[in-house]
Amino acid sequence: MGLTAYLVVAAILFVIGLVMVASRRNLIYVLMGLELILNAANLNLVAFNRFNPTTKFVAGQDVPVLDGQIAAIFVIILAAAEAALALAIVLNVYSLFETIRPDDIDNLKD
Amino acid sequence: MLPILEGLLPGLESVSPLGPSAYLWLLAVPLLPLAAWMLQVTIGRFLPRQGDWMPTGAMGLSAVIAIVHLIKVLAHWDADFLLASAQDGYGWRFFFTAEFPAAIAGFKAGILYDNLSAILLAMVALVSFLVHLFSIGYMQGDSRYNIFFSNLPFFTFAMLALVLSDNLLFFFVFWELMGLCSYLLIGHLAQDEKEPRMSAAWAALKAFMTTRVGDVCLFIGMAVFWVNFETLSFHGLYTATADHVAANGWESWMTFGGVMMFLGAVGKSAQFPLHVWLPDAMEGPTPVSAMIHAATMVAAGVYLTGRIYLLCSPEARLVVACVGAFTAIFAATIGITSFDIKKVLAYSTISQLGYMICAIGVGGVAAGLFHVITHAMFKACLFLGSGSVIHGCHHEQDMREMGGLRKKMPITYLTMLVSTLAISGVPLFAGFYSKDAIIGKALERSQESGELIWALPFWILLGAAAITAFYMFRLIFMTFHGTPRSKHAEHAHESPWTMTVPLLVLGFFAVFSGKFWLADPLHAVSGGNDPWFLQLVQDPDLERWESGHVTAAGGLGGHGALAEHHEGEVAHHEHYVGAEAHHEAMIFSVLAAGTGILLAFLFYFWKVLSAARVAASLGGIYRLVLNKYWIDELYQVVVVRGTMKFSDALFWIDRTLVDGLVHAVAGTMRRLAGLSAATDRIVVDGAVNWLGETTIAAGQATRRIQTGRIQQYAYFTFAGALALAAVVLFDLI
Repeated sequence: MGLTAYLVVAAILFVIGLVMVASRRNLIYVLMGLELILNAANLNLVAFNRFNPTTKFVAGQDVPVLDGQIAAIFVIILAAAEAALALAIVLNVYSLFETIRPDDIDNLKD
Repeated sequence: MLPILEGLLPGLESVSPLGPSAYLWLLAVPLLPLAAWMLQVTIGRFLPRQGDWMPTGAMGLSAVIAIVHLIKVLAHWDADFLLASAQDGYGWRFFFTAEFPAAIAGFKAGILYDNLSAILLAMVALVSFLVHLFSIGYMQGDSRYNIFFSNLPFFTFAMLALVLSDNLLFFFVFWELMGLCSYLLIGHLAQDEKEPRMSAAWAALKAFMTTRVGDVCLFIGMAVFWVNFETLSFHGLYTATADHVAANGWESWMTFGGVMMFLGAVGKSAQFPLHVWLPDAMEGPTPVSAMIHAATMVAAGVYLTGRIYLLCSPEARLVVACVGAFTAIFAATIGITSFDIKKVLAYSTISQLGYMICAIGVGGVAAGLFHVITHAMFKACLFLGSGSVIHGCHHEQDMREMGGLRKKMPITYLTMLVSTLAISGVPLFAGFYSKDAIIGKALERSQESGELIWALPFWILLGAAAITAFYMFRLIFMTFHGTPRSKHAEHAHESPWTMTVPLLVLGFFAVFSGKFWLADPLHAVSGGNDPWFLQLVQDPDLERWESGHVTAAGGLGGHGALAEHHEGEVAHHEHYVGAEAHHEAMIFSVLAAGTGILLAFLFYFWKVLSAARVAASLGGIYRLVLNKYWIDELYQVVVVRGTMKFSDALFWIDRTLVDGLVHAVAGTMRRLAGLSAATDRIVVDGAVNWLGETTIAAGQATRRIQTGRIQQYAYFTFAGALALAAVVLFDLI
């Protein structure tokens, strides 16, 4: 297997997420698509760090560098915050327009 | 110190006969009425009795000053008395800077106070004061009482200042002021609040316009002399003219200038071609008529003629004599046919003015001016008397509606009778002396020259004297004798004291202003001394004057002045050729007056002859005279209508040519403006609009991208990201 398999899975997730964001008729699904995209990125980060391990000499011994995993954790935290914020916005959008179809919310055009 | 006083002071020392303050006193004579006018115009309304006492009082004061100075002059008794402030260094130089031409910068204006001015000044002030006093009674109840009493002193001021002017320019200024005042006063009733009289407005306009013709001529005459001699002071002109005549003889421009200046007098003194305004001026209140006819307007014309006599060439003098003689007889004939009491007096004034002018023309300057004085007295008395009659008869002026007023108005009757005797030339009355002097002068002149043209004035004046006596007695008989012919005449009453006192004073002077014969009753009619006026003012000796022997006193001063130069020849001058002529003339003039009076008795007292029958037998001639020779109608047709036609023509030119030109320019301008507007609209606005529209179109075209759909934006975002990725991956740039 190796790195390629991870990358393929991540790519598939990304595309699924992208299609969801672009074409779902419900803002909740659009947000879900966003989560898929973020997780595709996470998968990539973790996979790259696993298949290209590096060490760093700290306090007389070699310590593995876990940058990818750390970045993934940041993204997860970010995604959580984003979801909270985005859902709040969706709620407000619903209370304002009484719909969450993104096609109906086109006030920005004027 | 005021600059005017600085100018005055050096002159004061040389004024010995009248005392050092003479100039200031003399200045006060015209300035008092002026001050009264100013006060009356501003605060007169608010004073008790509408302020009538103030101008009257001021006039009384200035009359006293003038008379006191006249008495001083009389006490001096010197034919060469002369007080000319301009010659004593009182100039108005400080008005001008050195940049003016020499003649203008050196222009001096001052007071001229010689015997003639002294007498005239006193006469004008006295008569004006009496007219003021009379007006208090006569104008009672007038709706513009206070305005009347402001115009009256202003009129007097102009005349007094005119008499004192020592140069023609100031003379002219006051002359014009009098024209204005006569306009205001003749038209006084035109603005009456109760019954405005349109005819008064027309009369005022006529007087103003007619005298204006003369005034323009006077100005031209002044200009002619100014151009040649560069001086306008009387004495400067006398000297310059004498020098010029001695060197070059009389030149035609001098005749022209002299005649032109005389035409000014023709207008003001109502001589023949320009006499039409005076009868119409009767529209003014009667005191105004008295003022115009006796003291002011018309006297000014004769005074001017007397003052410019020395500037007139022999030809100009002939014109003066002919105009005067013709006017004398011409107006007298109209006087016979008139029925309006004031119109009769108006024509008599014109006729008497003709006398004075004619006298000056034939060389009797002193006699003519003497007649001004005596005439002023009895004519003022007659006018105020007629005012009293009109007042008593409730403003009835037609003599046919009067009659029998003798007992009802004794004082008026008496004074008017005395004045009528005076104007008729009955011996012992003032008019006799002056008229006799005039007729004597005319006869003397005709005998001297022996030409027919110079004999005419004498006979004409004699005829006019007879006619004058006739129509004046006609007036007396129709007004005061017989039985009352109307209700007004029956209920007539004597006037209040303010009106009778002036009558009595003037009546006194109508008897004694010629010669105070009580002092020397034996020589009342002839012999003895000459009348006082002829002693003080003497005819200039032309022959000697023309040969260049002019003196400072020049003007009207007589032989005394010349005596300094020619002491040996004085005797010749004093016993002039005319002594015999005068006796002859006196007989003629008394005969003429007697004839006139006898005829008046026949027609109107005994009624032996019928005026109506004579009038009927004369037919056309009577109608011609009754209608005043159709002169007014002629002027109406020729002058007034001609002027109207001319104005119409000018109006046409104005409307078609001038307005047409203006309109053409305006049209062109409008077209140019239209072109400019089109350019603005099409080119400039077009460019701006095109830019705007293009921008809008571009906006419209590109706004479709902004759909507002976030998912679409997401597509673009990804597409963009992909494109960037492609660029980076395949290294496209």
